[in-house]
Amino acid sequence: MAEPIIIFDKLNKWYGNNFHVLRDIDLNVALGERIVICGPSGSGKSTLIRCINRLEEHQQGRLVVDGVELTDDVKAVDDVRKKVGMVFQQFNLFPHLTVLENLTLSPMWVGKMPKKEAEAKAMAQLERVRIAEQATKYPLQLSGGQQQRVAIARALCLTPKIMLFDEPTSALDPEMIKEVLDVMVEMADQGITMLCVTHEMGFAKAVANRVIFMDQGQIVEQNTPTEFFNNPQNERSKDFLSKILGH
Amino acid sequence: MTAQTFESIAARTAPVSTEGPIAWVRINLFGDFTTGLMTVIVLAGLLMVLPQFFSWAVLRAAWLPDYDACRVDGVGACWGVVAEKYRIIIFGRYPYEDQWRPLLATSVMLAMLVGSCTRSFWKAWLLPAWIVVLAFFFAVMYGDFAGLQKVETDRWGGLPLTIMLSTLSMMMAFPIAMVVALGRRSSMPAIRTVCTVYVELIRGVPLISVLFMASFMFPLFMPAGVSIDVLVRVIIGITLFAAAYMAEVIRGGLQAIPKGQIEAAATLGLSYWQTQYKIVLPQALAMVVPSIMNNFISLFKDTSLVTIVSLYELTGALGLALNSDANWRPFKIEGYLFIALIYFAFCFSMSRYSIWVEKQVNKGKAR
Repeated sequence: MAEPIIIFDKLNKWYGNNFHVLRDIDLNVALGERIVICGPSGSGKSTLIRCINRLEEHQQGRLVVDGVELTDDVKAVDDVRKKVGMVFQQFNLFPHLTVLENLTLSPMWVGKMPKKEAEAKAMAQLERVRIAEQATKYPLQLSGGQQQRVAIARALCLTPKIMLFDEPTSALDPEMIKEVLDVMVEMADQGITMLCVTHEMGFAKAVANRVIFMDQGQIVEQNTPTEFFNNPQNERSKDFLSKILGH
Repeated sequence: MTAQTFESIAARTAPVSTEGPIAWVRINLFGDFTTGLMTVIVLAGLLMVLPQFFSWAVLRAAWLPDYDACRVDGVGACWGVVAEKYRIIIFGRYPYEDQWRPLLATSVMLAMLVGSCTRSFWKAWLLPAWIVVLAFFFAVMYGDFAGLQKVETDRWGGLPLTIMLSTLSMMMAFPIAMVVALGRRSSMPAIRTVCTVYVELIRGVPLISVLFMASFMFPLFMPAGVSIDVLVRVIIGITLFAAAYMAEVIRGGLQAIPKGQIEAAATLGLSYWQTQYKIVLPQALAMVVPSIMNNFISLFKDTSLVTIVSLYELTGALGLALNSDANWRPFKIEGYLFIALIYFAFCFSMSRYSIWVEKQVNKGKAR
């Protein structure tokens, strides 16, 4: 079997002295694998994926992303960030830049790409998320669903090997969730490695190779979506599923 | 249930007009009882004050530079003082026959200032162009070349000095303020402490004492034989003073930037300085435009304090013009009104410009 693209090895993280947010996380992610992470709030799901591009620092254990171990070494962090795209719950688009400028920023300033080339690349990504006609608008002039698709396109402009989604649809109106999920399903078809914190169980069933259930900083259960939803093994997962699928 | 038929209703005009000057007065000045009452009170107040001022300032005023005419009973404002003394008020102690030099130098600088306020000047050549303009200003003012008489900086004065002091201090204070504001939020304790101490120290003392220190104490610390021109020391003093206040204003803007913006920049691989330059500062500064302009305006007027270290800028030059001349000394009010008008023209322009800048930087917020 090929070397996993992400390796968590007995990873621990604390907020302050007493809040043990991630506890002995062991997780290997294979290249091209699509993982959905779910669990109650405060269970450490977001923190887990935010460790991957070092928005959060871990204090114990090892974390290796595409052959680079994440440490205090700034160079390693920069290296990893070039390979990892991230989509946030609150979109985090830059409101003072147009959609196109949001997308070209990183290719031009980090990738040192000429403006023309960066814009061509950006437009291609906007086509991909079906929003090319909004390129000259400012983010706040768009609907939430449109903004989130722009955010996805912006992350894709890095040509990342790995995409992280931190509750990408939680801040959206119900009728906009589908347009964002559709884009994510298409990405999944193209073989990019995806880690997605979400409670969209339909998405998990359609796309994920594996569902991870977390509680209190631990990985409680992991399984294929079919197995996980139809036949959860753990009391906590059963309880959680009954709550979110209860209606 | 009966079937409903749809009939379209033709558009009609509103029963009460809301357009035109009469409607505007009715709605805005006499909209309800309180509004109407306030309008009447304010109008009455204006009626009590304005006619008398108008009579004093215009109808009964003496316009000729003749101080005897001003002393006649019943004469109002004596604008003759301005006609007589405007050269000293505007140019201070600068040699009379050479006053075309500050006029030329200041005109060029003002033209550059106005130009720099417009979009067409926001290019890479702006900074070099400013260096050229400032070099030109100092060369023409100082002279000592091409047959121009040498004029020491202690004889510079009046409006040119006011404009030069405030322009230079603003241009230097702004970048310092940005760095200090970032420094106060730095993750490195040493930098944070230095910046905090600087801001608190400067904010803790009045500008007048900063100027005193720059002028009289600073030379004590210099090695013997080294002396820095008092004008330079004063510019540094004002700059450091203004920068401390501006840094706090900018820090307020920085604090309002959501953490998600910085995280998003980080995930895109931007470095610290790239993040500040492209993401954080543009948004933070856009938020504090009115406060920064507020600082600029008060800085412009604060330059009048340099009089205490014997630099006679606009306000100082007025004192110079009148105190030395017993005949005109009683007409200070008119003199002060004159320079007040000059100050107002500059400050009001800055204030209007600030509104335009706000519109420019808030484009992304328009829905």
